[in-house]
Amino acid sequence: MAKTESTLVNMVLTLLIITVVAGASLGMVYKVTKEPIAMAKLAKQQKAIEEVVPGFDNNPTDEMYQLTSKEGYALQVFPCKKGDELLGVAIATKTDKGFSGEIKIMVGLKPDGTIINYSVLEHKETPGLGSKMNDWFRGDNPKQSLINRDPSNTKMIVSKDGGDIDAITAATISSRAFLDAIMIAYTAYKENADAQSAKSTIQKGAKS
Amino acid sequence: MNKLSIFTKGFFKENAVFTLLLGMCPTLGVTSSAINGLGMGLATTFVLIMSNIVVSLVKDSIPDKVRIPAFIVIIASFVTVVELLMQAYLPALFESLGLFIPLIVVNCIVLGRAEAFASKNNVFSSFLDGAGMGLGFAMALTMLGAIREFLGSGKMFDLVIFPEQYGMLVFVLAPGAFIALGYLIAVINKLKKA
Repeated sequence: MAKTESTLVNMVLTLLIITVVAGASLGMVYKVTKEPIAMAKLAKQQKAIEEVVPGFDNNPTDEMYQLTSKEGYALQVFPCKKGDELLGVAIATKTDKGFSGEIKIMVGLKPDGTIINYSVLEHKETPGLGSKMNDWFRGDNPKQSLINRDPSNTKMIVSKDGGDIDAITAATISSRAFLDAIMIAYTAYKENADAQSAKSTIQKGAKS
Repeated sequence: MNKLSIFTKGFFKENAVFTLLLGMCPTLGVTSSAINGLGMGLATTFVLIMSNIVVSLVKDSIPDKVRIPAFIVIIASFVTVVELLMQAYLPALFESLGLFIPLIVVNCIVLGRAEAFASKNNVFSSFLDGAGMGLGFAMALTMLGAIREFLGSGKMFDLVIFPEQYGMLVFVLAPGAFIALGYLIAVINKLKKA
């Protein structure tokens, strides 16, 4: 077959055909992979929720609601219940104060705000330094661990800044950001809970 | 050039990373572990083979003046296919390679082979060329990743060889990529002369 001449009509036609074929085939692949991609994301989220608030038997994703933090982040809150009892909430929180980019964390809080556990979903911190946060804040050292801490009676800032938590060695910025993300979740949850209980007291008052 | 040498030249004689020094961005960026290097290498191999085949099939109907945009559209389509498939079926690998998958589009090896080889040769030769070049690239990335993972965190393919605290952290970070690559190229050059 002879080489096609570089005339305007030929060029426009060739590019048109190529882009149409490419677009159509990509659309097809997108359709096929859409479901598995959504499933994979959901499975990851589910796993993180199970890690931070163990032992629930409802489907937290169905009961998910959103809270807006002071910083304007939309936080997803997943209530975890066993029977009718609220075991705690898993909150997907984030911060942009990290050493490099956003840090996304799933944190589990008991209804009174005590931290149950956490799981780092996404971060771009330095490997070997900031990336240790996934284990550091669960360590045996009581000044490191966040597990079972109640932020209302703990200074949730790193000890360098006068707080109660030891920062990761050589990764103070990542540690600050980590605590920031946890506190964003805690504050938003607490404020919402306070507002709710205030509301219900008013309603009760009106009834009586 | 016989068929066998078309395939094998990508591994040693014209290895994209060690000899041509092409595709340095993914080479240095993703090779912090052997499995990342292998994943990236295989993703690139797939794109190379597919784009080489398609380019050599349509080479006669593409006017010369618009051949580069046409090749790029073909390459970009296959990259997006890889990206979607990986996101769907290998989410963990997709997360660690992240940004570098879309960047395969601008990997000069892929466009380079389309322009220099596939647009002048038949389908079968182009397939061999793509497979050889791609697997050579994957081999180089896996080697580099394995060396960096071993020196940096004491592991190889996630198997612990020595405890992590004795690892040299620098090899997991960007400077270690340059150091390891430099020594690797030096060794390969020495072997080539011998």
